[in-house]
Amino acid sequence: MLSKVAYTTTARAFRASSTFRPVRFASTQAGPFGANRKAAMMWFTKAAAASAIVGYGISNYVLTDDRMAPVYKAVSEASTELKKKAKEFGIELEIPFTVAHAFSTADHGLHPPHYPWDHYSPWKSYDHASIRRGFQVYKEVCSACHSMDYIYYRNLVGVSHTEAEAKALAAEYEYEDGPDDSGQMFMRPGKLTDAMPKPYPNEEAARAANGGAYPPDLSCIVRARHGEEDYIFALLLGYCDPPAGVNIREGLHYNPYFPGGAIAMARSIFDEVVDYEDGTPNNASQLAKDVTTFLSWASYPEHDERKKMGLKTLAISAMLLGLSVWWKRFKWSYVKSKKIVYRPGKFDEV
Amino acid sequence: MASAIAKQTYNVFFRRSSAYLAGIFASAFAFEIAFDTVSDRVWDSINKGRQWKDIRDKYIQ
Repeated sequence: MLSKVAYTTTARAFRASSTFRPVRFASTQAGPFGANRKAAMMWFTKAAAASAIVGYGISNYVLTDDRMAPVYKAVSEASTELKKKAKEFGIELEIPFTVAHAFSTADHGLHPPHYPWDHYSPWKSYDHASIRRGFQVYKEVCSACHSMDYIYYRNLVGVSHTEAEAKALAAEYEYEDGPDDSGQMFMRPGKLTDAMPKPYPNEEAARAANGGAYPPDLSCIVRARHGEEDYIFALLLGYCDPPAGVNIREGLHYNPYFPGGAIAMARSIFDEVVDYEDGTPNNASQLAKDVTTFLSWASYPEHDERKKMGLKTLAISAMLLGLSVWWKRFKWSYVKSKKIVYRPGKFDEV
Repeated sequence: MASAIAKQTYNVFFRRSSAYLAGIFASAFAFEIAFDTVSDRVWDSINKGRQWKDIRDKYIQ
Protein backbone atom coordinates (compact mmCIF):
# COMPACT_ATOMS: atom_id res chain seq x y z
CA MET A 1 0.00 0.00 0.00
CA LEU A 2 3.01 2.19 0.40
CA SER A 3 3.27 2.97 -3.31
CA LYS A 4 -0.37 3.95 -3.60
CA VAL A 5 -0.05 6.31 -0.73
CA ALA A 6 3.08 7.79 -2.20
CA TYR A 7 1.32 8.24 -5.55
CA THR A 8 -1.62 9.97 -4.02
CA THR A 9 0.47 12.33 -2.00
CA THR A 10 2.66 13.34 -4.92
CA ALA A 11 -0.38 13.91 -7.07
CA ARG A 12 -1.90 16.07 -4.44
CA ALA A 13 1.31 17.99 -3.91
CA PHE A 14 1.50 18.51 -7.63
CA ARG A 15 -2.00 19.80 -7.91
CA ALA A 16 -1.49 22.12 -5.03
CA SER A 17 1.58 23.71 -6.50
CA SER A 18 0.99 27.34 -7.36
CA THR A 19 3.41 27.36 -10.32
CA PHE A 20 1.52 24.60 -12.13
CA ARG A 21 -0.50 25.72 -15.13
CA PRO A 22 -2.44 23.09 -16.97
CA VAL A 23 -1.67 22.89 -20.70
CA ARG A 24 -5.05 22.97 -22.34
CA PHE A 25 -4.41 20.91 -25.42
CA ALA A 26 -1.92 18.59 -23.88
CA SER A 27 -4.08 15.59 -24.58
CA THR A 28 -4.98 16.41 -28.19
CA GLN A 29 -1.66 17.90 -29.33
CA ALA A 30 0.89 15.17 -28.73
CA GLY A 31 3.42 16.27 -31.32
CA PRO A 32 4.38 19.58 -32.90
CA PHE A 33 2.34 18.81 -36.04
CA GLY A 34 -0.81 17.34 -34.56
CA ALA A 35 -2.21 14.78 -32.22
CA ASN A 36 -0.86 11.74 -34.04
CA ARG A 37 1.05 10.63 -37.08
CA LYS A 38 -1.98 10.89 -39.35
CA ALA A 39 -2.52 14.52 -38.39
CA ALA A 40 1.18 15.26 -38.88
CA MET A 41 1.15 13.69 -42.35
CA MET A 42 -1.92 15.76 -43.21
CA TRP A 43 -0.15 18.89 -42.00
CA PHE A 44 2.91 18.19 -44.15
CA THR A 45 0.79 17.35 -47.20
CA LYS A 46 -1.11 20.60 -46.91
CA ALA A 47 2.07 22.58 -46.38
CA ALA A 48 3.77 20.98 -49.38
CA ALA A 49 0.74 21.52 -51.62
CA ALA A 50 0.36 25.13 -50.55
CA SER A 51 4.02 25.97 -51.08
CA ALA A 52 4.00 24.22 -54.46
CA ILE A 53 1.01 26.27 -55.61
CA VAL A 54 2.43 29.53 -54.30
CA GLY A 55 5.90 28.76 -55.72
CA TYR A 56 4.47 27.85 -59.10
CA GLY A 57 2.39 31.01 -59.16
CA ILE A 58 5.28 33.26 -58.21
CA SER A 59 7.76 31.71 -60.61
CA ASN A 60 5.33 31.65 -63.54
CA TYR A 61 3.31 34.80 -63.13
CA VAL A 62 5.28 37.21 -60.97
CA LEU A 63 8.94 36.66 -61.77
CA THR A 64 8.37 36.36 -65.51
CA ASP A 65 6.18 39.43 -65.71
CA ASP A 66 7.55 42.20 -67.89
CA ARG A 67 6.79 44.71 -65.16
CA MET A 68 9.46 43.00 -63.07
CA ALA A 69 12.15 43.87 -65.62
CA PRO A 70 12.97 47.30 -64.13
CA VAL A 71 13.37 45.64 -60.73
CA TYR A 72 15.86 43.14 -62.12
CA LYS A 73 17.65 45.90 -63.95
CA ALA A 74 17.87 47.98 -60.79
CA VAL A 75 19.14 45.00 -58.77
CA SER A 76 21.67 44.16 -61.46
CA GLU A 77 22.91 47.76 -61.72
CA ALA A 78 23.10 48.11 -57.97
CA SER A 79 25.13 44.92 -57.69
CA THR A 80 27.42 46.05 -60.51
CA GLU A 81 27.96 49.33 -58.67
CA LEU A 82 28.61 47.42 -55.48
CA LYS A 83 31.15 45.26 -57.27
CA LYS A 84 32.87 48.31 -58.72
CA LYS A 85 33.02 49.98 -55.32
CA ALA A 86 34.36 46.79 -53.79
CA LYS A 87 36.97 46.57 -56.51
CA GLU A 88 38.17 50.06 -55.67
CA PHE A 89 38.93 48.73 -52.24
CA GLY A 90 40.63 45.73 -53.76
CA ILE A 91 37.88 43.21 -53.05
CA GLU A 92 36.67 40.81 -55.74
CA LEU A 93 32.98 40.53 -54.96
CA GLU A 94 30.95 37.71 -56.44
CA ILE A 95 27.19 38.15 -56.15
CA PRO A 96 25.27 35.10 -57.30
CA PHE A 97 22.24 35.17 -59.59
CA THR A 98 22.98 38.59 -61.02
CA VAL A 99 24.62 37.55 -64.27
CA ALA A 100 22.63 36.02 -67.09
CA HIS A 101 24.42 33.48 -69.25
CA ALA A 102 23.00 32.95 -72.69
CA PHE A 103 22.79 29.28 -73.54
CA SER A 104 23.08 28.35 -77.14
CA THR A 105 23.05 24.85 -78.58
CA ALA A 106 25.59 25.98 -81.15
CA ASP A 107 28.09 26.76 -78.41
CA HIS A 108 27.49 23.63 -76.39
CA GLY A 109 26.77 21.23 -79.19
CA LEU A 110 23.41 19.84 -80.16
CA HIS A 111 22.22 17.26 -77.64
CA PRO A 112 22.40 13.85 -79.26
CA PRO A 113 19.21 11.79 -79.40
CA HIS A 114 18.97 8.74 -77.15
CA TYR A 115 19.63 5.67 -79.22
CA PRO A 116 18.37 2.26 -78.10
CA TRP A 117 21.77 0.69 -77.33
CA ASP A 118 21.10 -2.95 -76.68
CA HIS A 119 23.68 -3.07 -73.89
CA TYR A 120 21.90 -0.30 -71.96
CA SER A 121 19.42 -2.78 -70.53
CA PRO A 122 20.37 -3.72 -66.95
CA TRP A 123 20.62 -7.43 -67.73
CA LYS A 124 22.30 -7.28 -71.15
CA SER A 125 25.99 -7.77 -71.81
CA TYR A 126 27.85 -6.16 -74.67
CA ASP A 127 27.31 -7.71 -78.08
CA HIS A 128 30.82 -9.07 -78.47
CA ALA A 129 30.43 -9.68 -82.19
CA SER A 130 29.78 -5.95 -82.43
CA ILE A 131 32.90 -5.20 -80.36
CA ARG A 132 34.90 -7.32 -82.78
CA ARG A 133 33.52 -5.48 -85.80
CA GLY A 134 34.03 -2.19 -84.02
CA PHE A 135 37.68 -3.01 -83.46
CA GLN A 136 37.99 -3.64 -87.16
CA VAL A 137 36.49 -0.22 -87.88
CA TYR A 138 38.84 1.40 -85.36
CA LYS A 139 41.82 -0.37 -86.87
CA GLU A 140 40.98 0.44 -90.47
CA VAL A 141 39.54 3.95 -90.06
CA CYS A 142 40.00 5.68 -86.70
CA SER A 143 43.51 4.47 -85.86
CA ALA A 144 44.90 6.53 -88.73
CA CYS A 145 44.69 9.57 -86.43
CA HIS A 146 43.51 8.41 -82.98
CA SER A 147 45.66 6.57 -80.47
CA MET A 148 44.38 4.14 -77.85
CA ASP A 149 47.24 4.17 -75.40
CA TYR A 150 45.51 2.28 -72.63
CA ILE A 151 44.17 -0.62 -74.65
CA TYR A 152 46.61 -3.49 -75.07
CA TYR A 153 46.36 -6.41 -77.44
CA ARG A 154 46.02 -8.70 -74.45
CA ASN A 155 42.79 -6.87 -73.56
CA LEU A 156 41.23 -8.17 -76.76
CA VAL A 157 41.86 -11.80 -75.84
CA GLY A 158 38.66 -13.43 -74.63
CA VAL A 159 36.64 -10.33 -75.49
CA SER A 160 36.68 -10.03 -79.26
CA HIS A 161 39.61 -12.12 -80.47
CA THR A 162 41.28 -15.40 -79.71
CA GLU A 163 44.80 -15.35 -78.34
CA ALA A 164 46.27 -16.44 -81.67
CA GLU A 165 44.37 -13.70 -83.51
CA ALA A 166 45.45 -11.03 -81.03
CA LYS A 167 49.07 -12.12 -81.36
CA ALA A 168 48.82 -11.95 -85.14
CA LEU A 169 47.24 -8.47 -84.92
CA ALA A 170 50.01 -7.25 -82.64
CA ALA A 171 52.71 -8.68 -84.87
CA GLU A 172 51.48 -6.56 -87.80
CA TYR A 173 53.16 -3.54 -86.23
CA GLU A 174 56.74 -2.82 -85.25
CA TYR A 175 57.48 -1.53 -81.78
CA GLU A 176 60.63 0.04 -80.47
CA ASP A 177 62.26 -1.98 -77.74
CA GLY A 178 65.57 -2.16 -76.05
CA PRO A 179 68.20 -1.28 -75.27
CA ASP A 180 70.05 -4.34 -76.51
CA ASP A 181 73.53 -5.49 -75.43
CA SER A 182 75.20 -2.65 -77.30
CA GLY A 183 72.84 -0.03 -75.85
CA GLN A 184 70.89 0.46 -79.06
CA MET A 185 67.10 0.60 -79.32
CA PHE A 186 65.73 -1.77 -81.89
CA MET A 187 62.43 -2.53 -83.60
CA ARG A 188 60.60 -5.79 -83.03
CA PRO A 189 57.15 -7.13 -83.97
CA GLY A 190 54.40 -6.33 -81.49
CA LYS A 191 53.41 -8.65 -78.67
CA LEU A 192 50.25 -9.12 -76.62
CA THR A 193 51.67 -6.77 -74.00
CA ASP A 194 51.90 -3.87 -76.45
CA ALA A 195 49.31 -1.10 -76.61
CA MET A 196 47.51 -0.12 -79.79
CA PRO A 197 50.06 1.48 -82.11
CA LYS A 198 50.30 5.26 -81.92
CA PRO A 199 49.59 7.11 -85.16
CA TYR A 200 51.88 9.95 -84.10
CA PRO A 201 54.95 9.85 -81.88
CA ASN A 202 53.68 12.70 -79.68
CA GLU A 203 50.97 15.33 -79.32
CA GLU A 204 52.92 18.01 -81.18
CA ALA A 205 53.34 15.76 -84.20
CA ALA A 206 49.62 14.97 -84.08
CA ARG A 207 48.72 18.66 -83.97
CA ALA A 208 51.12 19.50 -86.76
CA ALA A 209 49.58 16.83 -88.96
CA ASN A 210 45.98 17.88 -88.23
CA GLY A 211 46.02 21.64 -88.61
CA GLY A 212 46.58 22.31 -84.91
CA ALA A 213 43.81 20.03 -83.66
CA TYR A 214 44.76 17.09 -81.47
CA PRO A 215 42.84 13.87 -82.19
CA PRO A 216 41.97 12.71 -78.66
CA ASP A 217 43.04 9.35 -77.34
CA LEU A 218 40.09 6.98 -77.64
CA SER A 219 40.85 4.70 -74.69
CA CYS A 220 38.22 6.29 -72.45
CA ILE A 221 36.43 8.54 -74.89
CA VAL A 222 32.94 7.22 -74.11
CA ARG A 223 33.42 8.02 -70.42
CA ALA A 224 34.96 11.35 -71.31
CA ARG A 225 32.12 12.88 -73.30
CA HIS A 226 28.66 14.00 -72.25
CA GLY A 227 26.07 11.81 -73.87
CA GLU A 228 28.55 8.92 -74.03
CA GLU A 229 27.63 6.42 -76.77
CA ASP A 230 24.84 8.65 -78.07
CA TYR A 231 27.25 11.53 -78.55
CA ILE A 232 29.91 9.46 -80.31
CA PHE A 233 27.37 7.89 -82.65
CA ALA A 234 25.64 11.18 -83.40
CA LEU A 235 28.98 12.91 -83.99
CA LEU A 236 30.24 10.26 -86.38
CA LEU A 237 27.18 10.54 -88.58
CA GLY A 238 26.15 14.13 -87.85
CA TYR A 239 28.15 15.93 -90.52
CA CYS A 240 26.09 18.24 -92.68
CA ASP A 241 26.28 21.54 -94.53
CA PRO A 242 26.54 24.54 -92.20
CA PRO A 243 23.34 26.59 -91.86
CA ALA A 244 23.17 29.96 -93.56
CA GLY A 245 25.31 32.55 -91.84
CA VAL A 246 27.70 30.08 -90.27
CA ASN A 247 31.15 30.31 -91.71
CA ILE A 248 33.48 27.39 -91.22
CA ARG A 249 37.18 28.07 -91.48
CA GLU A 250 39.25 26.27 -94.08
CA GLY A 251 40.26 22.86 -92.75
CA LEU A 252 37.33 22.60 -90.34
CA HIS A 253 34.02 20.83 -90.83
CA TYR A 254 30.54 21.56 -89.62
CA ASN A 255 29.02 19.13 -87.13
CA PRO A 256 26.12 20.35 -84.99
CA TYR A 257 26.83 17.81 -82.23
CA PHE A 258 30.35 19.15 -81.67
CA PRO A 259 30.49 22.05 -79.22
CA GLY A 260 31.02 25.14 -81.32
CA GLY A 261 29.99 23.33 -84.47
CA ALA A 262 33.39 23.43 -86.16
CA ILE A 263 35.32 20.18 -85.87
CA ALA A 264 38.70 19.44 -87.38
CA MET A 265 37.90 15.79 -87.97
CA ALA A 266 36.38 15.20 -91.37
CA ARG A 267 33.61 12.68 -91.79
CA SER A 268 35.30 9.28 -91.81
CA ILE A 269 32.47 6.79 -91.57
CA PHE A 270 30.94 6.11 -94.95
CA ASP A 271 29.01 3.20 -96.40
CA GLU A 272 31.26 0.25 -97.18
CA VAL A 273 34.58 1.70 -96.03
CA VAL A 274 35.12 -1.51 -94.06
CA ASP A 275 34.38 -5.04 -95.20
CA TYR A 276 33.04 -7.21 -92.38
CA GLU A 277 34.15 -10.82 -92.28
CA ASP A 278 30.90 -12.04 -90.69
CA GLY A 279 28.60 -10.76 -93.44
CA THR A 280 27.02 -7.95 -91.43
CA PRO A 281 25.80 -5.13 -93.71
CA ASN A 282 28.53 -2.49 -93.75
CA ASN A 283 26.50 0.67 -94.12
CA ALA A 284 27.62 3.81 -92.31
CA SER A 285 25.22 3.56 -89.38
CA GLN A 286 26.21 -0.05 -88.75
CA LEU A 287 29.90 0.91 -88.78
CA ALA A 288 29.25 3.79 -86.40
CA LYS A 289 27.22 1.56 -84.07
CA ASP A 290 29.93 -1.10 -84.01
CA VAL A 291 32.82 1.27 -83.43
CA THR A 292 30.85 3.03 -80.70
CA THR A 293 30.20 -0.33 -79.02
CA PHE A 294 33.92 -1.07 -79.23
CA LEU A 295 34.82 2.31 -77.72
CA SER A 296 32.21 1.80 -75.03
CA TRP A 297 33.80 -1.54 -74.15
CA ALA A 298 37.22 0.16 -74.06
CA SER A 299 35.85 2.70 -71.59
CA TYR A 300 33.93 0.20 -69.49
CA PRO A 301 35.79 -3.12 -69.83
CA GLU A 302 34.25 -4.32 -66.57
CA HIS A 303 30.70 -3.73 -67.86
CA ASP A 304 29.57 -7.36 -68.33
CA GLU A 305 31.00 -8.61 -65.05
CA ARG A 306 29.63 -5.58 -63.22
CA LYS A 307 26.09 -6.16 -64.44
CA LYS A 308 26.21 -9.85 -63.67
CA MET A 309 27.52 -9.13 -60.17
CA GLY A 310 24.85 -6.47 -59.70
CA LEU A 311 22.08 -8.89 -60.59
CA LYS A 312 23.50 -11.46 -58.19
CA THR A 313 23.68 -8.83 -55.48
CA LEU A 314 20.05 -7.89 -56.04
CA ALA A 315 18.99 -11.54 -55.93
CA ILE A 316 20.85 -12.18 -52.67
CA SER A 317 19.56 -8.92 -51.18
CA ALA A 318 15.99 -9.89 -52.09
CA MET A 319 16.44 -13.19 -50.29
CA LEU A 320 17.91 -11.46 -47.25
CA LEU A 321 15.10 -8.92 -47.26
CA GLY A 322 12.52 -11.70 -47.27
CA LEU A 323 14.40 -13.43 -44.47
CA SER A 324 14.60 -10.30 -42.37
CA VAL A 325 10.89 -9.54 -42.85
CA TRP A 326 10.08 -13.05 -41.72
CA TRP A 327 12.48 -12.75 -38.76
CA LYS A 328 10.93 -9.47 -37.67
CA ARG A 329 7.42 -10.88 -37.83
CA PHE A 330 8.58 -13.99 -36.03
CA LYS A 331 10.06 -11.98 -33.21
CA TRP A 332 7.16 -9.56 -33.00
CA SER A 333 4.43 -12.21 -33.15
CA TYR A 334 4.75 -12.67 -29.39
CA VAL A 335 4.56 -8.95 -28.71
CA LYS A 336 1.66 -8.39 -31.09
CA SER A 337 -0.50 -11.23 -29.89
CA LYS A 338 0.08 -10.40 -26.24
CA LYS A 339 -2.92 -8.95 -24.47
CA ILE A 340 -2.32 -6.41 -21.77
CA VAL A 341 -5.18 -5.94 -19.39
CA TYR A 342 -5.05 -3.06 -17.02
CA ARG A 343 -7.36 -3.11 -14.09
CA PRO A 344 -7.07 0.01 -12.03
CA GLY A 345 -7.15 -0.64 -8.35
CA LYS A 346 -9.18 1.35 -5.91
CA PHE A 347 -7.28 4.23 -4.49
CA ASP A 348 -7.78 5.08 -0.92
CA GLU A 349 -8.35 8.69 -0.26
CA VAL A 350 -6.09 9.31 2.60
CA MET B 1 7.99 -38.36 -39.54
CA ALA B 2 8.60 -34.62 -39.58
CA SER B 3 9.57 -34.65 -35.97
CA ALA B 4 11.97 -37.53 -36.63
CA ILE B 5 13.74 -35.48 -39.30
CA ALA B 6 13.79 -32.45 -37.02
CA LYS B 7 15.21 -34.53 -34.21
CA GLN B 8 17.84 -36.01 -36.49
CA THR B 9 18.76 -32.53 -37.77
CA TYR B 10 19.01 -31.25 -34.26
CA ASN B 11 21.19 -34.12 -33.17
CA VAL B 12 23.51 -33.82 -36.16
CA PHE B 13 23.81 -30.05 -36.62
CA PHE B 14 22.68 -28.13 -33.58
CA ARG B 15 23.66 -30.24 -30.66
CA ARG B 16 27.37 -29.43 -30.72
CA SER B 17 28.85 -26.05 -31.55
CA SER B 18 31.55 -27.68 -33.67
CA ALA B 19 28.95 -29.41 -35.84
CA TYR B 20 26.90 -26.21 -35.99
CA LEU B 21 29.90 -24.21 -37.20
CA ALA B 22 30.93 -26.89 -39.67
CA GLY B 23 27.36 -26.98 -40.94
CA ILE B 24 27.35 -23.21 -41.51
CA PHE B 25 30.63 -23.35 -43.41
CA ALA B 26 29.57 -26.32 -45.51
CA SER B 27 26.17 -24.86 -46.35
CA ALA B 28 27.69 -21.48 -47.25
CA PHE B 29 30.10 -23.27 -49.59
CA ALA B 30 27.34 -25.36 -51.15
CA PHE B 31 24.99 -22.38 -51.43
CA GLU B 32 27.56 -20.24 -53.20
CA ILE B 33 28.31 -22.94 -55.76
CA ALA B 34 24.63 -23.57 -56.37
CA PHE B 35 23.73 -19.87 -56.53
CA ASP B 36 26.59 -19.02 -58.90
CA THR B 37 25.78 -21.93 -61.16
CA VAL B 38 22.12 -20.99 -61.39
CA SER B 39 22.67 -17.25 -61.82
CA ASP B 40 25.42 -17.77 -64.44
CA ARG B 41 23.09 -20.02 -66.35
CA VAL B 42 20.32 -17.40 -66.20
CA TRP B 43 22.76 -14.67 -67.33
CA ASP B 44 24.02 -16.80 -70.20
CA SER B 45 20.52 -17.60 -71.36
CA ILE B 46 19.50 -13.92 -71.29
CA ASN B 47 22.63 -12.99 -73.25
CA LYS B 48 22.65 -15.92 -75.61
CA GLY B 49 24.70 -15.16 -78.73
CA ARG B 50 26.11 -11.91 -77.36
CA GLN B 51 29.02 -13.07 -75.24
CA TRP B 52 32.47 -14.06 -76.41
CA LYS B 53 31.93 -17.70 -75.46
CA ASP B 54 29.00 -17.83 -77.87
CA ILE B 55 30.91 -16.50 -80.90
CA ARG B 56 34.30 -17.96 -79.99
CA ASP B 57 33.77 -21.14 -82.02
CA LYS B 58 33.72 -19.15 -85.23
CA TYR B 59 37.27 -17.90 -84.74
CA ILE B 60 39.12 -20.60 -82.85
CA GLN B 61 41.44 -22.66 -85.01
